[in-house]
Amino acid sequence: MLALFLQAYLPRRLPFFSIFDLPLLVTIFFAMARRNPISGLFTGAAIGLAQDMLGAYPIGIYGIAKTVVGYLASSLGAKLDVENAGARLLVTLGFYLVHAAVYFTVARGMVNLTLNWSWSRGILAGLANAILGVGLYFVLDKFKQRT
Amino acid sequence: MFLQVLGLAVQVKRSADAESTRLIRIWAVDLITPFERGLVWAQNGTGDLWYNYFFLRGVRAENRQLKEQIEQMRLEQVRLSEDATQAHRLQSLLAFKEQYIAKTLPAQVIGSSGSDLSRSVYIDRGSNDGLTPDMAVITAGGIVGKVLRVYPSTSLVLMINDQSSGVGGMLEKSRLQGVLRGTPNGEVIMERVMSDEQVTPGETVLSSGGDQIFPKGLPVGTVSKVSTGKDMFLNIQVKPAADLSRLEEVLVVTEKQEKNAAVETVGRVRAADILAQRLPSVPDKPAAAAAGTTASGAAGQGTNGGAKPQTPAASSTRSEGAEHNQAKSVGTMPAASAATGGNASGAHGAPVAGQPATGEGLKKVVQKAAVGAPVSNGASGNTTGSSPANPAAKPATARPKPATAESTPQPPPTEDNPH
Repeated sequence: MLALFLQAYLPRRLPFFSIFDLPLLVTIFFAMARRNPISGLFTGAAIGLAQDMLGAYPIGIYGIAKTVVGYLASSLGAKLDVENAGARLLVTLGFYLVHAAVYFTVARGMVNLTLNWSWSRGILAGLANAILGVGLYFVLDKFKQRT
Repeated sequence: MFLQVLGLAVQVKRSADAESTRLIRIWAVDLITPFERGLVWAQNGTGDLWYNYFFLRGVRAENRQLKEQIEQMRLEQVRLSEDATQAHRLQSLLAFKEQYIAKTLPAQVIGSSGSDLSRSVYIDRGSNDGLTPDMAVITAGGIVGKVLRVYPSTSLVLMINDQSSGVGGMLEKSRLQGVLRGTPNGEVIMERVMSDEQVTPGETVLSSGGDQIFPKGLPVGTVSKVSTGKDMFLNIQVKPAADLSRLEEVLVVTEKQEKNAAVETVGRVRAADILAQRLPSVPDKPAAAAAGTTASGAAGQGTNGGAKPQTPAASSTRSEGAEHNQAKSVGTMPAASAATGGNASGAHGAPVAGQPATGEGLKKVVQKAAVGAPVSNGASGNTTGSSPANPAAKPATARPKPATAESTPQPPPTEDNPH
């Protein structure tokens, strides 16, 4: 919920912040932490649908994209060790691109939105999200240890 | 995930009409219709093969005949379309109304949609404050967007740079109309402007009012770049007037007022009347004013002379009366008074029926001035005429209200009678 709130609020004050996707980073973190594909799937679906409800487009675009990411992240977390920063950086970058591809496919194919795919923008945004994600995961790890 | 896909398909509609089709219905139809099309194609193919092979006799003559019919129908169509266009134009003139902003409600921007693909913001006003969907949202700088969804205490505003947004726009100077749409990158482009039109960067773009959401004449932005697009249209990039990335306070247009287009009740103002307005004249004396009005009353213009600004008709009467009095008081020559009378009425006592008195006289005045008669001071009654008139004219200018004092502050008729 905090991630959704920050994602909705911060871009008004910091316009560059719209490039980040905090709900996606939270989805990846919790999916990898739980290591259960079913729970990862539902986590992604819930966060994605909640993010869709804030927007002006039909509900389900982010839901589908984050469901896929949640499932893949939890499956990967069950098989690989993704605790170190380097692995997290690469995993986050990869999942950001997967998320963008699924979103692009659904938005263009089903909702008929005019979207332009840009590899450079996608990779740069992915790197930015990955770097932010590494820091965010560190904070969330601390929060998890306390609880 | 399958349920989500299905749910999305149920929500999404392919067109913006009220009777638009749901995506799931489109999928079902797309699944069945190819088989139907194949069957019909096979049937037609077989029929065409038989018909085109055995029944080619008389095809050339029939073709020629049909072409002639088409040409006649095209001419008829042109005539009918002209009639239809005229009918539509007249119809729209009769029902033409302009919309003005009557009431606005200030609102604070409290958040965004959270996505850089959906350009929308949340404001802190909702249905409790009287907001409804499709209300225009503006700032002092320009338009921002429209209310998309209304909740009890908040509303979602779709900004003009969102790709699902559409605003009717027009260029300020050339009055070319087009549709303003957002792009995935958050820019605003103007579509539907033909490529042979002249559009220059820096030109202001205003709202055209055609979308029935934004009143006409609101600033939208300025043209930043013009390039040739596809399908014979220009690709015009518009820089929004309002800073859409740093919105804090906005105004929601809660009430619009419709007024009929202003009709010129005064009628077309002639150059001669404007000239009469600006030329100096002497204020009437009471007795002379009565006589002047009586003389001009036959022409249907019965206002008294005075120094007050008046409508062109009244002012022409005033100047006519003043000139008439002046002619009487200074004893100008009949020729001069004929020239100065502003018309025949001043000198000969009776206006020409059906003719605006001042205009005719001024024509003579102007004509005589053009011919080269000496002009004393640019005053209407005194400018032309024979030279004996001029010395008589000069004392008139030395009267308490000098001509220059009168001529300069004369306001044009439209300012005196605002609509």
